[in-house]
Amino acid sequence: MRRSGSPWTGLWTVVSKEAADHITSARMLMLQLLILFTAVGAVYAAIGVMKTVATQDQFLFLRLFTIAREPFPSFVNFLGFVVPIVGIALGFDAVNSEYQRRTMSRLLAQPIYRDALVFGKFLAALLTLGLTFFALWLLVTGMGLLILGVPPSGEEVGRGLSFLVVTIAYAGVWLAVAMMFSTVFRNAATSALASLATWLLFSVFWNIVAGIVAQMAAPSHPLFGPPPEQADLAQWVTRLSPNTLWTEATIGLLSPETRALGRVFFEQLQGMAMGSPLPFGQSLLLVWPQISGLIAAMIVLFTILYLVFQRQEVRA
Amino acid sequence: MSGAIIETRALCKSYGSFQAVKDLNLTVSRGEVFGMLGPNGAGKTTTILMLLGLTEVTSGIVRIVGCDPTQDPLEVKRRVAYMPDSVGFYDQLSARTNLRYTARLAGIPRAEIDERIDAALSRISLLGVADKAVGTYSRGMRQRLGLAEVLMKKPDVAILDEPTSGLDPEVTLHLLDIIRDLKRDGMTILLSSHLLQQVQDTCDRVGLFYRGQLALEGRVEDLAQTVLGSVYRVSVEAEGGDVEAALRRLPGVSEVARVGATAFALKSATDIRPMIAGTVAGSGGRLLGFSLIQPSLDEVYTTYFRETANAA
Ligand SMILES: Nc1ncnc2c1ncn2[C@@H]1O[C@H](COP(=O)(O)OP(=O)(O)O)[C@@H](O)[C@H]1O
Ligand SMILES: [Mg+2]
Repeated sequence: MRRSGSPWTGLWTVVSKEAADHITSARMLMLQLLILFTAVGAVYAAIGVMKTVATQDQFLFLRLFTIAREPFPSFVNFLGFVVPIVGIALGFDAVNSEYQRRTMSRLLAQPIYRDALVFGKFLAALLTLGLTFFALWLLVTGMGLLILGVPPSGEEVGRGLSFLVVTIAYAGVWLAVAMMFSTVFRNAATSALASLATWLLFSVFWNIVAGIVAQMAAPSHPLFGPPPEQADLAQWVTRLSPNTLWTEATIGLLSPETRALGRVFFEQLQGMAMGSPLPFGQSLLLVWPQISGLIAAMIVLFTILYLVFQRQEVRA
Repeated sequence: MSGAIIETRALCKSYGSFQAVKDLNLTVSRGEVFGMLGPNGAGKTTTILMLLGLTEVTSGIVRIVGCDPTQDPLEVKRRVAYMPDSVGFYDQLSARTNLRYTARLAGIPRAEIDERIDAALSRISLLGVADKAVGTYSRGMRQRLGLAEVLMKKPDVAILDEPTSGLDPEVTLHLLDIIRDLKRDGMTILLSSHLLQQVQDTCDRVGLFYRGQLALEGRVEDLAQTVLGSVYRVSVEAEGGDVEAALRRLPGVSEVARVGATAFALKSATDIRPMIAGTVAGSGGRLLGFSLIQPSLDEVYTTYFRETANAA
């Protein structure tokens, strides 16, 4: 159908209103405090480990992000856990709260397209997330500078910033998941639950699911054990999870020694004797499919959200 | 039609197999106050949503301010203001901030925004509490704030869905006053209500909705004439003597009902008021007073639907 006028009319008005709402909200303040304390704790613990080991590591700064002092998680492990929560927290009531407050019809009676409203909300939340993670990244880098007393190399800054961008994309995926549920379900509690259930599925059960699917599609032979396709298939299925994509991209970016991505985890990586590090460009190429996957997931989810919202009757 | 600013032709809306609006032909002229009246569930809100392009049309044609809302939604929404049924605001923001947001979405030039908001808020007497959070407002204040948003937009057409529902009589009168003011400014107003009595004096023309259809349409007086017939209704208060029998004997009187200890309601084909005093005195009673009753829309409505139900 032909439509006249720009779909972006009013976009910046929505973005600035929504971003201001997020930044001043008690919800965001709580999340920021949570992130701050745990991140500082994780990095502090990492620095403690690094001081005792005292290596001539070329990538001392990147280790800040990846080293863990048991039983505490490393900074990236912790982020992998908390980033989806923050994304969900900013998105689960984005659309349905406007219906609940009965402000939706007032907004859509103004000369803007629905595109501007949902995209503006998405951008504003992504902007808020971006600012928060950027501040966090600066904080970690600052802590490293102060306590380690050496400045990060240009490559380390580049890898760190790429990691930041990937993390924002990862948050964007969960934001889109939550916003999609906020469009489908009129009740905010329902959409929060649906988002959290999805998160639980991908963060806790997905490896099990992948194993089961692979076992069913390529069953193990009673004598020779699992066929080689089984592991490939399982890996392929795990990569349908944004968590896997983000973890792999993070490993590739923050551990320059990584030459291939598969079913490996930080804990395994740390003990391994690695070959010489890859140049930054090569690492980026290595994780490029993962980054594209995250962005594609974000776009697909946002498209579903948009199609559902576009057809909704605005009776409130 | 040249003067028509809202026009629908054979407009239908179905939810599954349920037809919420059936074959609606509605015409509202420029500068008119048109009342969409009818009980809850009659299809008033659905019609309004289709006029604004907020719900999809199943079939039929809509023209509003010279545009098709499905093809030119932005132009329509620039020139039409809408106050939804039980309007909502952002509770944590002040009235002024709420209006500023919609003003910017509405594309009102930045330099004019504050001035227009102040003017609108003062017209509905909310200027004093403009900087308080809307969460502290009463229902009546919210409803008035909704009207302020309409005023601020300076639209060609204002569509108000149940603007007076759930309000106390004083606030209702205030709102209706403002609506009449708007008419004087030349705005076209479409308002819906399920309380016929409340808005009948405000509307130039009304349409009575019933089960998704426009059952009756016209000026209130004309509707009364068509539905109730040309009947004079007179209420008489008198005591003593056999007043009831005497009134019944008057020429043209078709019905006399005792509605109180001393009160009677008469229906008559002719204006019998000149004869009432003499008749009452002649029967040995004392006349306390009498007056002509204006037919109410409620009566038109119930009579009409009792008749259609009986005919069916
Ligand atoms: N989304 C929907 N699905 C099914 N029926 C609906 C829906 N929305 C409204 N209706 C029905 O359409 C009819 C007209 O509703 P509405 O236009 O809101 O009436 P009014 O505003 O005159 O009270 C009602 O019977 C209502 O139950
Ligand atoms: Mg209604």
